[in-house]
Amino acid sequence: MVQISVGPDPPLRARVTQTLRRKCGCRLPDFGMAAAGARWNHVWIGTETGILKGVNLQRKQAANFTAAGQPRREEAVSTLCWGAGGETQILVGCADWTVRHFSTEEGRFQGQRHCPGGEGTFRGLAQVDGTLITCVDSGILRVWGDNDKETSSGPLLELRVGPGVCRMRQDPVHPHVVATGGKENALKVWDLQGSEEPVFRAKNVRNDWLDLRVPIWDQDIQFLPESQKLVTCTGYHQVRVYDPASPQRRPVLEATYGEYPLTAMTLTPGGNSVIVGNTHGQLAEIDLRQGRLLGCLKGLAGSVRGLQCHPSKPLLASCGLDRILRVHRIRNPRGLEHKVYLKSQLNCLLLSGRDNWEDEPQEPQDPSKVPLEDTEADELWASLEAAAKRKLPDLERTPGALQTRKRNKKRPGSTSP
Amino acid sequence: MEEAGDKSGGSRKKGLKRKAATEELQEAAVVEDGATESGVQPRKVAAFPPGFSTSEIKNKQRRHLMFTRWKQQQRKEKLAAKKKLKKEREALGDKAPPKPIPKTIDNQRVYDETTVDPNDEEVAYDEATDEFASYFNRQTSPKILITTSDRPHGRTVRLCEQLSTVIPNSHVYYRRGLALKKIIPQCIARDFTDLIVINEDRKTPKILLAVPHEVEFVRRGKDPTEHIPEIILNNFTTRLGHSIGRMFASLFPHNPQFIGRQVATFHNQRDYIFFRFHRYIFKSEKKVGIQELGPRFTLKLRSLQKGTFDSKYGEYEWVHKPREMDTSRRKFHL
Repeated sequence: MVQISVGPDPPLRARVTQTLRRKCGCRLPDFGMAAAGARWNHVWIGTETGILKGVNLQRKQAANFTAAGQPRREEAVSTLCWGAGGETQILVGCADWTVRHFSTEEGRFQGQRHCPGGEGTFRGLAQVDGTLITCVDSGILRVWGDNDKETSSGPLLELRVGPGVCRMRQDPVHPHVVATGGKENALKVWDLQGSEEPVFRAKNVRNDWLDLRVPIWDQDIQFLPESQKLVTCTGYHQVRVYDPASPQRRPVLEATYGEYPLTAMTLTPGGNSVIVGNTHGQLAEIDLRQGRLLGCLKGLAGSVRGLQCHPSKPLLASCGLDRILRVHRIRNPRGLEHKVYLKSQLNCLLLSGRDNWEDEPQEPQDPSKVPLEDTEADELWASLEAAAKRKLPDLERTPGALQTRKRNKKRPGSTSP
Repeated sequence: MEEAGDKSGGSRKKGLKRKAATEELQEAAVVEDGATESGVQPRKVAAFPPGFSTSEIKNKQRRHLMFTRWKQQQRKEKLAAKKKLKKEREALGDKAPPKPIPKTIDNQRVYDETTVDPNDEEVAYDEATDEFASYFNRQTSPKILITTSDRPHGRTVRLCEQLSTVIPNSHVYYRRGLALKKIIPQCIARDFTDLIVINEDRKTPKILLAVPHEVEFVRRGKDPTEHIPEIILNNFTTRLGHSIGRMFASLFPHNPQFIGRQVATFHNQRDYIFFRFHRYIFKSEKKVGIQELGPRFTLKLRSLQKGTFDSKYGEYEWVHKPREMDTSRRKFHL
């Protein structure tokens, strides 16, 4: 005898209708579904065609979000960073010197601000206390005030960092401290609340064995937690650790990997090693205590443009010019977890740092969702409920409750076509 | 190794029944003696212990004999099976089930997730705005510079010349010790749109950014005329394949002159790109005659770089990694 639980509770109904919906082959319109589920996306990626992609690895879905509805190459996303308030807002830096705000709760772009000044694309984006920090290729670092005020008022603070900037990174522990570095532009650490001069200015290493000056090309910078140290990776395949607390301005540790420029870098959970990627698509984990190679990750075929590790789980998301997002597991065992083909060239990514990767609580019945339930599902439910009533006639209270519930659901549903 | 056939092997070379009746533990020599003695007696078939295969026979000639006998039997069985199947098909006539399709590596190709869907808008936009878009929009016409590595040999020089006749609007220049990186800005200044470098490896020409495996010169007297050929691009299905296909298409001007009846074909099969150049003539509605002109070569993609050529510091869109990508025989990237 089939036991049908009397009085199905809303979560069960939601789950069943979802299954029915899937089985019936009817789908919610993509935008609605994408927007509704945007907050659960695990990875956000910016592309060269101006599309922001949100990928949900549990449901294995990728959704496109554009500000204008159409992809535009002029809006190529060059940097991404989390906005204020946890991970509910994303700041998208585009190639046309605008910074757009995207809300993950609502799944759409909310506003934008034009941040002109300098030439070249954004190389770094950060936000602190409601202000926005931008840095462009030509070395102009600007702090922009609140969005509510007129944008024509100009930047609150402007610094000249030096030409050829490749990266500007904000210290997660001290949000007013930023570091910049680039091609022939040595690493400099700036305190935006302090003076106009950098707090720490790195010195180049000694001349090499041929007594030639070693060129500088800092491609990516990371702040090491629990200390003042910084790590940089260079276009001349070096990984260097600087310590502003120590008297020497030269790098404290230097390690090399491969023969191709290293383009991206991220810290691993644990803080003892970094993972770097180069233009050939090779990913390597380098230990910072000894400066040796711990291991490599396979799979990428194109230049690595974005790398990020999860703060607690051993997961690494990588994206590159081969248009595929890969999520690797860094340890026990080291290997590929997910691979998603996204059709445009990927420029930068943001990995959600939340812990409940797997749990996705079913969204409660929103009135907006009910019109989209198709009538077949309702009929099926009606027949099921009728069967329930038939099978268990002793419970008199519950049929009434069922009916009222049905009535509640039907009311908004009746307006749908 | 089938043991059913072995058990039936007898001692005599000819005229012995193949099918074994029983399994008896008898030496082959003993049976032979027994057979020669008793010609009148019913033929005894030598049987072998179970689990015995002909490869364990130490005598090479004997072993070879057993093997050839086994092979003949296999062939006979196969022929019989085929005949039987054919008879069945004829008997069924129209109701016969369709012939099974033989499996080939191309058939069994692992589905590539980057295969381009013709209706895909994002890919269409990406292609419409990439670096080759200006050709496809008829805004620029290609002008190609063909050059070689330093001090080319005869074969390379001839290939250059043939290529220049095949590709319209191309010029051959010798590279007298000039660095490629210095050539590139000069090319751009003089409005060259493409550069083909034919490198040499042991005096066989190889083209940069694509490694030809064999180059044959068509030694006919016919030369391609000055007409602009049509282009056929076959089988470039994945996203990478699309990019490469567009790159090849952008080598040729975009107004094929059908009067010339010439066609250049880039055919991709199993990640090798075959280049052929033909002249065709329609003898009737369905019949075409083709005559091959121009060089014939095969290319294999090694890497695709973003931006102009910069092997040290350039960013790669796709790099061929043999140990990672060539693990499956059924997976192809173009």
